[in-house]
Amino acid sequence: MSQTFTLDGKTIAFEPGQTILQAADAAGVFIPHLCYHPEFKPHGSCKLCTVKVNGRQTASCTMRAMPGMAVESDTEEINAERRALTQMLFVEGNHYCPSCEKSGNCQLQATAYHLGMMSTHYDHFFPNRAVDASHPEVLLDFNRCILCSLCVRASRDVDGKNVFALSGRGIDTHLIVNASSGRLGDTDFTLADKAAEVCPVGVILKKRQGFAVPIGERTYDKAPIGATTAGEAC
Amino acid sequence: MTEKKKLRVATTSLAGCFGCHMSFLDIDERLFTLLEHIDFDRSPLTDIKTVTPGTDIGIIEGGLCNAENVHVLREFRQNCRILIAMGACAINGGLPAQRNSLSLPAIFDEVYQAGFGLANALIPNDPELPLVLDQVHPIHEVVKIDYFIPGCPPSGDAIWKFLTDLLAGREPELGHGLMHYD
Repeated sequence: MSQTFTLDGKTIAFEPGQTILQAADAAGVFIPHLCYHPEFKPHGSCKLCTVKVNGRQTASCTMRAMPGMAVESDTEEINAERRALTQMLFVEGNHYCPSCEKSGNCQLQATAYHLGMMSTHYDHFFPNRAVDASHPEVLLDFNRCILCSLCVRASRDVDGKNVFALSGRGIDTHLIVNASSGRLGDTDFTLADKAAEVCPVGVILKKRQGFAVPIGERTYDKAPIGATTAGEAC
Repeated sequence: MTEKKKLRVATTSLAGCFGCHMSFLDIDERLFTLLEHIDFDRSPLTDIKTVTPGTDIGIIEGGLCNAENVHVLREFRQNCRILIAMGACAINGGLPAQRNSLSLPAIFDEVYQAGFGLANALIPNDPELPLVLDQVHPIHEVVKIDYFIPGCPPSGDAIWKFLTDLLAGREPELGHGLMHYD
């Protein structure tokens, strides 16, 4: 017999041990998120999945569901904060959607659409980050990294390779490649790696496949993010 | 019954490609309907050179890549009640801002001096030429912008939806299908 909590007034059943985000996902209720992926241990860093539990903000990807919790998610107040976080992600990197191969299949972009982000609002950082084209099959464009650490977790926990890592602290945090040269071409990374397919934005790109799917037929052209059925939250 | 006063609308393209203006023209015959409600002021469509004080709506395409862009943007802000950023370049700098990681001397050298096939290589320095900014900036970093229409370019349908919402006194909303950053 499962226990329940309420999410925006709706009763959600959960199994003991499930997080709020997992239970909502299983019930077909979308909570915006970027660093959460159902196959990986939660990281709790992007804060897009922030909800109010009994009036107090917390990340729903790391908070275990408890019986009788009153959770608020789809409110103007919380969505405004999510929108501000998303705008910060945009200005801290170089996110030029028109020239990005991931456009239309990008979770950051789709989440920004979902939140009604009409502008970037803040001053742009315009950081100067080099790309890494050293690998024969994969291009790394660090300009779009949002530090979700999904590639770090996939390479470490699934591939057993530790190809990626987050280095530095605070605003200086950045994605690095674990090779003495720092180049992806000098690692044992392959296209078959789990880490090659988990990037929610346009950092890890398969070469020679760009723009193969025309505008209008890409993932989020067909349906907005969150319009999926239960269990497909990513 | 008195005839409803038409709204005065000014438009310009700063560091843009005029693609957004082309997309604006893609509203096709709906332009005639629009003209029942608005008059164009300064715009590439009228060739009027200055914005009339008290203009209702200013629509800006493109970001800021030189001093003249900043001057024109300020003129629009000073004389327009509502200012709209139209398209990716006005909103985040867009394609021109992809030069922002390069230094200006390196760019001038590549474009005017070291580039392939150049004769009499010379960096243009006529005093009439506006000074180039060291980086391209979105327009909201310089003046207050009231509304944004994202897209590269926003589709004619998106521009139409946005303007008709605004003219009807509704908060403009694009929704899935019209909301695009590309």
